[in-house]
Amino acid sequence: MLNVSIYRYNPEVDSEPYMQDFQVDTQGKDVMVLDVLEKLKTEDPTLTFRRSCREGVCGSDGVNISGKNGLACITPLSEAVKGNKLVIRPLPGLPVIRDLVIDMSQFYAQYEKIQPYMINNNPAPAIERLQSPEERAKLDGLYECILCACCSTACPSFWWNPDKFIGPSGLLQAYRFLADSRDTATEERLANLDDPFSVFRCHGIMNCVQVCPKGLNPTKAIGHIRSMLIRSAT
Amino acid sequence: MANIRTMSFDAVIVGGGGSGMRAALQLAQSGYKTAVITKVFPTRSHTVSAQGGITCAIASDDPNDQWQWHMYDTIKGSDYIGDQEAIEYMCQTGPEAIFELEHMGLPFSRTEEGRIYQRPFGGQSKDFGNGGQAARTCAAADRTGHALLHTLYQGNLKNETTFLNEWYAVDIVKNEDNAVVGVVAINIETGETVYVKSKATVFATGGAGRIYASTTNAHICTGDGVGMALRAGFPVQDIEMWQFHPTGIHGAGTLVTEGCRGEGGYLINKDGERFMERYAPNAKDLAGRDVVARSMVLEILEGRGCGPDGDHVYLKLDHLGEETLNAKLPGILELSRTFAHADPVVEPIPVVPTCHYMMGGIPTNVDGQALTIDKDGNDQVIEGFYACGEAACVSVHGANRLGGNSLLDLVVFGRASGMFIEKQLREGINLKDASEGDIERAMEGLNRINNSEGGEKASVLRAELQTIMQNYFGVFRRGDFMKEGIEKLNALRPRIENVVLEDKSDTFNTARIEALELQNLFATAEATAIAAEGRTESRGAHAREDFQERDDENWLCHSVYFPESKTLGKRGVNFTLKTREAFEPKIRTY
Repeated sequence: MLNVSIYRYNPEVDSEPYMQDFQVDTQGKDVMVLDVLEKLKTEDPTLTFRRSCREGVCGSDGVNISGKNGLACITPLSEAVKGNKLVIRPLPGLPVIRDLVIDMSQFYAQYEKIQPYMINNNPAPAIERLQSPEERAKLDGLYECILCACCSTACPSFWWNPDKFIGPSGLLQAYRFLADSRDTATEERLANLDDPFSVFRCHGIMNCVQVCPKGLNPTKAIGHIRSMLIRSAT
Repeated sequence: MANIRTMSFDAVIVGGGGSGMRAALQLAQSGYKTAVITKVFPTRSHTVSAQGGITCAIASDDPNDQWQWHMYDTIKGSDYIGDQEAIEYMCQTGPEAIFELEHMGLPFSRTEEGRIYQRPFGGQSKDFGNGGQAARTCAAADRTGHALLHTLYQGNLKNETTFLNEWYAVDIVKNEDNAVVGVVAINIETGETVYVKSKATVFATGGAGRIYASTTNAHICTGDGVGMALRAGFPVQDIEMWQFHPTGIHGAGTLVTEGCRGEGGYLINKDGERFMERYAPNAKDLAGRDVVARSMVLEILEGRGCGPDGDHVYLKLDHLGEETLNAKLPGILELSRTFAHADPVVEPIPVVPTCHYMMGGIPTNVDGQALTIDKDGNDQVIEGFYACGEAACVSVHGANRLGGNSLLDLVVFGRASGMFIEKQLREGINLKDASEGDIERAMEGLNRINNSEGGEKASVLRAELQTIMQNYFGVFRRGDFMKEGIEKLNALRPRIENVVLEDKSDTFNTARIEALELQNLFATAEATAIAAEGRTESRGAHAREDFQERDDENWLCHSVYFPESKTLGKRGVNFTLKTREAFEPKIRTY
């Protein structure tokens, strides 16, 4: 039997959050953390978490698993269980709505701040805008972000200034548009980021890189933005 | 008294996936007050899981490609019950819709010329089937759905669409004229129930793959739109037509794109034989999905399956080389390593046909207007009600959808619905207000669940439903078996209606949502079962052991399931093309 400890909080009945212990029979199988949560929910329907695609592409089930942020659906027990114990908490640093469900408004607000859409006011051609495979390759490692918030909620700078520091996820997306040969708003984008907090609160701690379930590297993207900002200032 | 708050919009779109967000974008750009009700944050919608691409004759891979060839392939793929007028519209309008997405920023993969990369997919041909395999599926690596969904969300942010994220639509509100005037919806975070009033209500609620035990579909694909439409007394069309994707990962159900075979991968049995050469000598592994899925099941039934239980076959990719796999199919490498514990660079992926797509749905015309059939058998528009995407049956997929056509369907018809509603709003829409009683009627199901006691748990009932559908309404079907399945569903119905909601709390109560979703799953499953038993022929994805031939004399038509009588009717297939003479039904071989 696997010992599972889960963060519980229902604001309608609990005065404060608590950890609840469960025992789960996994029949020795190396299932995913989400499978454990689903199994527990059949027994206790009040257990609350988000989930959708169950294959690591929708970004719904970011949680803190035995101390490390990750997606429950693609984290096998073999990576998550320590000493026959699995501990599941909500992603840290954002308000908890209920159990493992957090309020992601601040995270989304930072995403919206970077103008996460193509800006190109030149008249569009009758077909697609051309882009070479080399130019397109610059978007690899950027566009794949699934907005799960594992990175930003692992970032001490984001915990400290969630309202002013864009955070690794938002900055990765900021660079996705800066790096796109089809986007023409580079100056405007850089101007929007040019303050002491938006980018420069990143201290290169690299928790974001360590936890990203898609293997992306926000720190590297932030480095590129820094260089662009410094270059544009000189 | 229906003592709930009312929110009013010009247009409300239920569903934040590809078709819903494309429709919303159109309406937001037009300046009308538009809201999207979505039970998950939009980028968590199931469109995100689409992998291989979006099929469209943009003439990149082949500068001489023609949309008419794509139209021919789609009609043939549908086994001739796709509406030709709708297919013509989709294939002709498609390039414009794709270029719009590219201009919005969709990060398509590229050719050396800088154009959008296209790969071969199943059922694609040049020159009306005479010119060999085409490569017509536009791709962003193997993450096309993700790229498309995020691009559409970004486009909606740019145009300041109103999103009601993590809201769940419960039921349709109809006025005294039987017109749709909005929905009752729950704000999941607070539990508040609201009447969302609208002049135009668009269902873009996606599929219902979760009626089966083994599915590529996300947990959220629970047929909410179909369930709500049926409860409102509206019919659904061709709902027996379910696509089983040839390559779901054995055991996990997760999808492995047809693009794998497009890039040169192929299926083998336990003897290492490339068995599709026997079943489809020309197209081989790129025959229609229905054909490939049936061939795989036959291999397994005849004892040539792989693994200790001989219950799957292998998809071989290693011969393509690590570099190609990393460049073209990076997501598949990830999924296979995670869920099959197999590294495609060195070993094959265990795969099995898995429920993937609902070809049927709410019948609509090309403008997205939902239809019902009057007592003389004529189409009748349901005022105020629209549908697009997988929830709709417009019908461009008929009895079998071609790979890459679902993304095109949702973009083209999301856009068409938006444009048509915009025109109607400009001309003025006058629907009578709902009465208190009308709103109360739409709350009955929710009230029953909120007041439930003593029933069984949703999770237990859901598992039972999925097992029945898997066992009795799968890849191969038989009349006596299906009748048995229908009996089992009849026995399950009162238990599902009586589902218990023990947790009555308001804050983010997912147990309440799951109990409501269960009602929609059941409604979709029941319609599927009755329509499948009623269509006494084999066509496309609907393969019957007791009626093995296609029967054009009796069944070259849509099936229409009427929920109130639980009976099956027929509706004519459209054979009127604007640009040429119609394609007459032929024997379908690959």
